[in-house]
Amino acid sequence: MMTALTPAKLAGSRSWRAWAFGIVALTAGLLASRPADAQLRVDISGVGATQYPIAIADFAGDGQGQAVAEVVRADLTRSGQFRLINATGASLNAESSIAYDDWRNRGADYLAYGSITQSGGQYNVSYRLVDSVRKTQLDGVAFSGTEKELRRISHQIADRIYEKITGVRGVFSTRIAYVLQTGNNYELQIADADGQNPQVMLRSKQSIISPAWSPDGKRLAYVSFESGKPVVYVQTLATGQRVPLANFKGNNSAPAWSPNGSQLAIVLSRDSISQIYTINADGSGLRRVMRSPLIDTEPQYTPDGGSLIFTSDRGGSPHIYRVPVSGGEAQRITFNGSYNISPAISPDGNNLVYVTRRNGAFRIAVQNMASGAEQLLTAGPDDQSPSFAPNGMQILYSSVQGGQSVLAVTSVDGRVRQTLSSLNGKVREPTWGPFSN
Amino acid sequence: MSSRIARSLTLAVFAASLAACSSVPLDQSSGSGAGAGTGGASSGQVMDPFNPQSPLAQQRSVYFEFDSYTVPEQYRSLVEMHASYLAGHAQQKVRIEGNADARGGSEYNLALGQRRSDAVARMMTLLGVNSNQIEAISFGKERPKALGNTEADYAENRRADIVYQR
Repeated sequence: MMTALTPAKLAGSRSWRAWAFGIVALTAGLLASRPADAQLRVDISGVGATQYPIAIADFAGDGQGQAVAEVVRADLTRSGQFRLINATGASLNAESSIAYDDWRNRGADYLAYGSITQSGGQYNVSYRLVDSVRKTQLDGVAFSGTEKELRRISHQIADRIYEKITGVRGVFSTRIAYVLQTGNNYELQIADADGQNPQVMLRSKQSIISPAWSPDGKRLAYVSFESGKPVVYVQTLATGQRVPLANFKGNNSAPAWSPNGSQLAIVLSRDSISQIYTINADGSGLRRVMRSPLIDTEPQYTPDGGSLIFTSDRGGSPHIYRVPVSGGEAQRITFNGSYNISPAISPDGNNLVYVTRRNGAFRIAVQNMASGAEQLLTAGPDDQSPSFAPNGMQILYSSVQGGQSVLAVTSVDGRVRQTLSSLNGKVREPTWGPFSN
Repeated sequence: MSSRIARSLTLAVFAASLAACSSVPLDQSSGSGAGAGTGGASSGQVMDPFNPQSPLAQQRSVYFEFDSYTVPEQYRSLVEMHASYLAGHAQQKVRIEGNADARGGSEYNLALGQRRSDAVARMMTLLGVNSNQIEAISFGKERPKALGNTEADYAENRRADIVYQR
């Protein structure tokens, strides 16, 4: 088990002091001292099946270069797929010639390095990635941005490194949404995938549940109880503008966007108990998908947009089913246990993740859609609300650990797990956002 | 929003007046007219859902068995009492608020709470209440009345409340 505290912000000595203090406090086991801001702390356990050895040198040329490298290192470490090789004292800039054999002898099959310069508040960041075994450059890119944007640039560098080496697109510059509950105060928050840079989208004295990202990442649908009952809202993140999408008689809940963003599946109880409907994103064209004798809820579109995966207790206990969006015969797809809820489907459509109750514990399970083979990824006791990273490699969920509600991420093979814990509240209803571009 | 505030203020005034006088005559009339004194309430009782003395205000929770979504026999007369009042007051609207215990997912619990409120609402319509007077909703596990993790706490939250709307 290793513990990494990621810095509050890339820039600013105050943040760095807080970060350094955090390390000291952790080492001494003194977690009572809490930073005033609600940053999420990251703990990592386990390693991936394959770990790529990589050295990340501090970027040369500006004091921020060390911070950029530190964010890249933290990102790659969190994936569990990389092993960091010490690059202290490398003093490389983007134009340095690389002694490939030296790095290979140090155990680093890969090396990333670069330069950072500043003029008039604008930073220019150049980075290169080389393969020290094949003695070739794998990537070389220049970015520019303000001091505030350095953290995002660092995540983008980590994304490029991840993709060049693993062949899979990185998710370090994506975002997550979740609800932070402190007493009776609810905040719908959006943070970077590493839990940093949290922003409050909505504050309420009533529950907020079931946030759902639009496929373009520009809007969030969610359920708010602010009017005294569950109503589905859609909020545009850039402007903060929010409109009720579904406010029918009874409950309005469980929004899910279609892959092209033109419509949403929602759950209404206007005709008695919870049933699944589709509605256009502008609130028009309400259509009931099917008629079920019992509960149908938690619809999710399949990536091809043609079907809905959903939870139903029509068979006597809750299980996951699939039905064409146009309606018709529903097909049951989970058979283990007697309580399977909250389905989410992987971006390639091959895997289904859900919450299963086994011996009283709520655990995250993943099932191969083709073979039906199930793997329990977590131990419980109260793991909920799973969602896939947009590259399908990790699953974000809420968990209770040591009596505290935290966000957790597991690799899809269950080998690597990390927790993002808030020091001052319950974090619940997490959902991983789409790729940002 | 303002009506919600007004309602809670009104309730606060009622509560204060209750605290101030220790005895209130049982035959105090609310003048609520037809429908009063029927459906399980003994004659002489105040049949006014907004009077905290009234059984309509005092007896408005239906508790459900574990994993059950039918109104238990012992709550039948309670539902009948409200149905009778509502049938006699066609303009009065009521909300049935279902709840679930804290175990499990938010959305599935919302749906379970809805099965409870729906069971009460259906019984009321069978008893002659116009469905336009009733809205069945659910808070799922979002508004637990009991916050603990004992069986008694869970049972307290397997509940549907009948809430009259002003």
